[in-house]
Amino acid sequence: MTQINTPQDPQRRSLLIGLGAGGLAVVGMTLVPRAVLANPEDVKMAIEERIGDAATMDGRISLELPQIAENGNTVPIAFEVDSPMTESDYVKVVHIFAEQNPLPDVASFYFTPRSGKARASTRMRMLKTQNIVAVAEMSDGSVYMAKTEVKVTIGGCGG
Amino acid sequence: MAKNVKPRVKVPKTAAKGEIIEIKTLISHKMESGQRKDNKTGEKIPRMIINKFTCTYNGVEVFSADWHPAISTNPYMAFNTVATESGTLEFTWVDDEGSTYTKSAKITVQ
Repeated sequence: MTQINTPQDPQRRSLLIGLGAGGLAVVGMTLVPRAVLANPEDVKMAIEERIGDAATMDGRISLELPQIAENGNTVPIAFEVDSPMTESDYVKVVHIFAEQNPLPDVASFYFTPRSGKARASTRMRMLKTQNIVAVAEMSDGSVYMAKTEVKVTIGGCGG
Repeated sequence: MAKNVKPRVKVPKTAAKGEIIEIKTLISHKMESGQRKDNKTGEKIPRMIINKFTCTYNGVEVFSADWHPAISTNPYMAFNTVATESGTLEFTWVDDEGSTYTKSAKITVQ
């Protein structure tokens, strides 16, 4: 590839660049997992399936995920939603979605006023670097959303 | 019934009335995602996960969760509840085959 930097006729140069790009594309293909991945659009649809067309607001959810996950087979995830958790004002459910896993759904956690805190933690699988989305539905029908990116070193969904 | 499924829970033995306590649970389960292929045959290994977790406190549901294949092997679940009265917390896990695993823990509320 160092030849590209030496002065040559433009046609040959573009041919070399073309070949280089083609080579990269082939390498890229082999890295793509066999399973068809979810994408942000699928996550949007999955969210709509859960909450309908309710408008989502930012805030109130703090998502705790590592910035870099070495092992995508088991990534710790925790969240807490700011709420008084009383009979009249509590968090009903929190849904977690993954934008680049084979399936967008991760889990749904159902709270009650007797939960005391809208906090939960578990461990999840991540196929690759991606955004994790949390959607919280409150008892008054309002919906909050938060998103955070996790870089994954070794993916963990099997294959 | 899947083999070697062992549920474990960690609940404080005592708590003050109204205190928010943390509960930690762990169950040994392969959580087969349905995405993996058998290396020899190349065929997909069928999905077999725990898809539902529930916690009741003296018979009243206080927390539950739906799990999808993105939940890791040997699923861990931690959450909170208010210590309202002395009694029993019951934990239930249900998998794709309909097998149910349960564990209970006693708590004394002063």
